[in-house]
Amino acid sequence: MRIELQKRAQVSTLFSMLSPLLALVLTLFFGGIMFWMLGKDPLDALYSFFVEPLLEVWSLHELAIKAAPLILIAVGLSVCFRSNNWNIGAEGQFTIGAITGSILPVLYPEWHSPMILPLMLIMGMIGGGLYAGIPALLKTRFNTNEILTSLMLVYIAQLYLDWLTRGPWRDPQGYNFPQTKAFVPEAVLPEILDSGRAHLAIVFALVAAVVIWFMMRFMMKGFQVSVLGQSERAGRFAGFSARRMVWFSMLLSGAFAGLAGISEVSGSIGHLQPAISPGYGFTAIIVAFLGRLNPLGIIASGFVLALTYLGGEAAQLSIGISDKVSRVFQGLLLFFVLSCDTLIHYRIRLVRNQTAGGAHA
Amino acid sequence: MTLSEGSAGIPLLSVRKLTKHFGSFAACAGIDLDIGPGEIHALLGENGAGKSTLVKMLFGILDPTEGEIVWNGQPVTIRSPSEARRLGIGMVFQHFSLFEALTVAENIALSLDPKISLAKISDEAARLSKSYGLPLDPKAHVADLSVGERQRIEIVRALLQNPKLIILDEPTSVLTPQEADKLFDTLFQLKAEGRSVLYISHRLEEVQRICDRATVLRHGKVTGTCDPKLETPASLARMMVGSDVAGVDRDDDATLGDIQIEVSDLAVGARTPFAVSLKDVNLKVRAGEVLAVAGVAGNGQGELFDALSGEYPVSNNEAIRIRGKGVGRVGINGRRLLGAGFVPEERHGHAAVSGMPLSDNLLLARSQSDRRSFLAAGSLAVIRHAAVNTATQRICRNMDVRKSGEDPVAGSLSGGNLQKFIVGRELDRQPSVLVVNQPTWGVDAGAASRIRQALVDLARAGSAVVVISQDLDEIFEVATNIAVISEGRLSASYPAGQLSRERIGLLMGGIHDSTQAEASHAN
Repeated sequence: MRIELQKRAQVSTLFSMLSPLLALVLTLFFGGIMFWMLGKDPLDALYSFFVEPLLEVWSLHELAIKAAPLILIAVGLSVCFRSNNWNIGAEGQFTIGAITGSILPVLYPEWHSPMILPLMLIMGMIGGGLYAGIPALLKTRFNTNEILTSLMLVYIAQLYLDWLTRGPWRDPQGYNFPQTKAFVPEAVLPEILDSGRAHLAIVFALVAAVVIWFMMRFMMKGFQVSVLGQSERAGRFAGFSARRMVWFSMLLSGAFAGLAGISEVSGSIGHLQPAISPGYGFTAIIVAFLGRLNPLGIIASGFVLALTYLGGEAAQLSIGISDKVSRVFQGLLLFFVLSCDTLIHYRIRLVRNQTAGGAHA
Repeated sequence: MTLSEGSAGIPLLSVRKLTKHFGSFAACAGIDLDIGPGEIHALLGENGAGKSTLVKMLFGILDPTEGEIVWNGQPVTIRSPSEARRLGIGMVFQHFSLFEALTVAENIALSLDPKISLAKISDEAARLSKSYGLPLDPKAHVADLSVGERQRIEIVRALLQNPKLIILDEPTSVLTPQEADKLFDTLFQLKAEGRSVLYISHRLEEVQRICDRATVLRHGKVTGTCDPKLETPASLARMMVGSDVAGVDRDDDATLGDIQIEVSDLAVGARTPFAVSLKDVNLKVRAGEVLAVAGVAGNGQGELFDALSGEYPVSNNEAIRIRGKGVGRVGINGRRLLGAGFVPEERHGHAAVSGMPLSDNLLLARSQSDRRSFLAAGSLAVIRHAAVNTATQRICRNMDVRKSGEDPVAGSLSGGNLQKFIVGRELDRQPSVLVVNQPTWGVDAGAASRIRQALVDLARAGSAVVVISQDLDEIFEVATNIAVISEGRLSASYPAGQLSRERIGLLMGGIHDSTQAEASHAN
């Protein structure tokens, strides 16, 4: 008896819908086993991890705050991944977007103007886009692997932010804390409802998702992305340029990550500090795949992954386990999503060992 | 034909009635072949004649359906390449299997017993390569080596097993003439040591120069065994392509119109080590004319198509003119807007995206030429799916494309049906110039005749058609004029009625004038 993977003649639509759900169920199951091995009641732990955060208004606001950067970044990444460009450095573009977006409120703290916020957002997008332009330039000019270059640039961005907030941009009146002056009220992203902290970033994320969904579904640009992603040669036959697509997808995803960065700093934190992200740029990769690289699916998966962050914090408080557990959940989820995707293209078959000599007859 | 038998009186390798079926298709049908010790034996034939299938059976890659292989007088079954090597058969493939990031010695070590130390392999490889005049540095990285040097690695790798028979598949197709001369010296040395060589080629001159005997294959059968030195290139070519003179049934009173596509002194360098460079390519095709470009695969057909289609524009703008306008530096869509259509050889991943539906694959080729009907909202370029779908259904009806469902993905269609769609996609626009590469490659007979008919009809309606093909039957069926491409050079074009298959065979073998062919007779 052995298990065989058999290629399906046609892609299974059933499993392309079912695969993310199956992955979620498996993640919960194995997460439960993990809690049990940690000596906790698995059902209790799962409840406080995944259900409790959904029961209070303030924590729903927190969910929106955490989902916003995930969705925004993942939507940009979905265009990259669909065009076969593997931008793994969104975390770095997020960081650089936060820095360039903060130039005005940090260097001109006396400037009070309604213009400051739009300018900050634009500068954040430009910063993130340009930073993603580095791997794009290296790929188109020198044929380097964008996975490596974009990933390495993450650490450069993070160390640069660290140096800025401890050095030249540190608030002189800040009791030596490594952070900048607090942003003036005009430079803070407004909240959307009176009931809690959720700010405009979630609106940006939803608008971006719908716009990119429309582009991918109805516009020639989206068609170019899919064609070049599936076959560069066919794209050339259609007259599309693979080089231009590298630039387009990297700049777009970089700009979205940059917007997410400055929105997070302006809306949630209120100043720059060495740590501004719990790994949104990396988690967004999981969000993009869990959402099947479809912007509308990404909205849903963005909230799911945001819940793992919140659940980690909640579980730390209520049952006293490390919030690193949320990383474990994210890892499990990505692992199961990718493995369940196998079922879209293959069916599982049990093969009985055939006995030799069956041909006598 | 008598055997030039070796000292023992028995041939080294003897093949009797060897047959290989793929489904109902016989790639090799009852092949007999004898190779004596110390003999350089040529295996000649067109593409698809069964040469590769035969050597794959000899090297244990394919199992014969019928027939026997006798090695040194003993019947043997060769189940794998390692068994073939143990018997003493070495093989040098046309496309090398080398790891570029590893050194020469490391690459050689991969095919040997893992117990042998790398240092020992290096020494041995260096000694062998020196003694056979194949200079090679065992410590060099493969990525830094030329194609000729890479081939030496393959040869040395085969020699390290101390083979009695070495099979070389089109070895000179990737070599410069100087490199080829060196290779021939090595082959003569092997012969002097009593080793045998099976030399696969379609280059008649080479075969005459170095081979003791030749076996010629056509459509999976042996059409002759001879001493190539006693033959003329013309007689060899006749054996290769068949002696029947073309029976073409054409509209000779069709009048030709203006020149629609013209190529003058086109030269394109090779983009990759395995690509062919084009040299002094000239052609003119008038309205109403079908120009067929014949030739053996890998002689620059793909490169010619890339240059004509504009997928890879060329530096000299005037080298290619479509309807009187210089388009050398214009991309593929600019050429389409001038009325040209293109059908590449490879269906999956070039002419079509396998995972996309037919309607998307229609848009693939016509998004710019049919911009007005397929796209809306100006620079936003919103796709009008309804219009694209209507056109898709129209093409499928006109070309009788059999499909399951309204708009299936391209990959689910059979080769013939997908090709009908891809050709129909261009015909639907009534292009004034159509360039097609291998229009019926791997296509069933019904679809093939439909496609050929469509090409002839298009020309009759006043378009200029360029058909690049390896299939001589197809060429004689559709062509008004024929030119032959060989090693990146295109011959002059001749009216199809004036060319015999024999003459085409000579041109394909790189022999361009008849005096040369006759001169070789004197040898």
